[in-house]
Amino acid sequence: MSTTSMHGGDIAIVGASETTGIGSLPDVSMLNLHADAARNALADAGLTTKDVDGVATAGPLAMEVSHHLGITPRWLDGTMVGGCSFMLHVRHAAAAIAAGAADVVLVTHGESGRSRVGMGGRGPNPSSPQGQFEAVYGAVTPYSTFTVPALRFLHDRGLDREALAQVVVTQREWAVGNPRASRRTPTTVEAVLEQPPVAWPFSKDMCCVVTDGGGALVLTSAERAADLPAGDRAVYLLGSGESAEAPMVSQMADPGSFRAFRLASAEALATAGIAHADVDHLMAYDAFAHLPLYMLEDIGFVGRGESRDFIAEGHTGKGGRLPMNTNGGGLSYTHTGMYGMFAIQEAVRQLRGEAFAQVPGVRTSFVQGVGMFFAAAGSLVLSNSRP
Amino acid sequence: MPGPTPLPTPDTAPYWEGAAAGELRIQQCTSCTRHYFYPRPFCPNCGSAEVVWRVVSGRATLVSYVINHRPIPASDTPVVIALVQLEEGPQMMSNIVGVEPEPENLPLDLPLQVTFEQRGDHAIPVFAPAEGTR
Repeated sequence: MSTTSMHGGDIAIVGASETTGIGSLPDVSMLNLHADAARNALADAGLTTKDVDGVATAGPLAMEVSHHLGITPRWLDGTMVGGCSFMLHVRHAAAAIAAGAADVVLVTHGESGRSRVGMGGRGPNPSSPQGQFEAVYGAVTPYSTFTVPALRFLHDRGLDREALAQVVVTQREWAVGNPRASRRTPTTVEAVLEQPPVAWPFSKDMCCVVTDGGGALVLTSAERAADLPAGDRAVYLLGSGESAEAPMVSQMADPGSFRAFRLASAEALATAGIAHADVDHLMAYDAFAHLPLYMLEDIGFVGRGESRDFIAEGHTGKGGRLPMNTNGGGLSYTHTGMYGMFAIQEAVRQLRGEAFAQVPGVRTSFVQGVGMFFAAAGSLVLSNSRP
Repeated sequence: MPGPTPLPTPDTAPYWEGAAAGELRIQQCTSCTRHYFYPRPFCPNCGSAEVVWRVVSGRATLVSYVINHRPIPASDTPVVIALVQLEEGPQMMSNIVGVEPEPENLPLDLPLQVTFEQRGDHAIPVFAPAEGTR
């Protein structure tokens, strides 16, 4: 009898889809964004809600989503670590399927980030550590909090805000012409730098778009995937990792490097049994333009201080050796609030050969997520073939 | 002041009482001797529960910041939202006051000194450039 592992390609993503619409969807509630994405992903897999016995989500409770869809779960995961929750859900679902605790897991995301339809309140509990010791200073919105460490990162490497603009310009190229992308016309470093500041050093285009939308994934064993009608489009989980540091930006041990990126990515590479050079596509969750710079260095794709030049020299763009954020990222494509699901969706599309800006010959994609500002991280190594 | 009013808990009350008295009080572990922030009844570095409150110097340096230009509740923008490191070691979020919020006035590693701003029922620790650095 063979043993199923959570890694090494034994678990597969067999269904993946975003919501039918994306961007501004004022007529769709948050919960129905989950449902739309879930139904699309199940149709993509050739399965129905009756086949699903595991549900994972963040935002609403997993049981709210399972009930809404008419699913009877025997496995639930409500892990909530912000925008990278879905990376953790994939990882946890793989462990559950490998252990026999679930057969078919549905991971859903939906957020009415722009129209705020069917969403709850926002803002921290004023008696929490974050509420008492950060929010009082205005460190309450993403653009006034997640951004705070960036100057230290840049300063310590002899860089300035031009590096942030390089990230914007390079990623925009991937989104040009994509009707689902929010920002889809080319821009220049000069134009990005000349925009009025949102939270200096960040100008508007260095901050993500704010949209409505969602996405869902269907996971099962590679063995079962082979019997599904879309089994030849399966995407396999080779490795994964997760970690967390402080839920408060001010308590990062090193504002110029994020421990959770280092730990989660190292575990993902180790469990996949691959090296950096084996990765030919990267999704680096970019709520703000400094994040891909941190990730390239913290994951170890480049050395300390080399991230800006790596991007400016074109290595992450079209024809580059490490195409990155090929949907345009949160900066250009879409960003509902918890963007991680969209990073995974783009990795799946690239591995299936179905992306809008398809990179030829993608075999191994690394997906790096971040959550709750610099609080949590989740990493996935995905492939279109089993090792 | 830019943000919402804090709601102290019993474990953080000495911090806010100190601020009301014009003192920056944080905790120090008597086992490993390290200061730490934010308040909690044990040392996050070594786990010891042998901890005491100290009035600290209020001297700090500017680690990183943004100058926020977008509306934040109860804020007169622009406001400097800053990460500062206390002389005793811990980092904390704060605002930089006493200086025009322009990048040229705010070089990283700028020496700072704590001061207090009244907001509702609370005095909030904020930081200004230290004397002699302006």
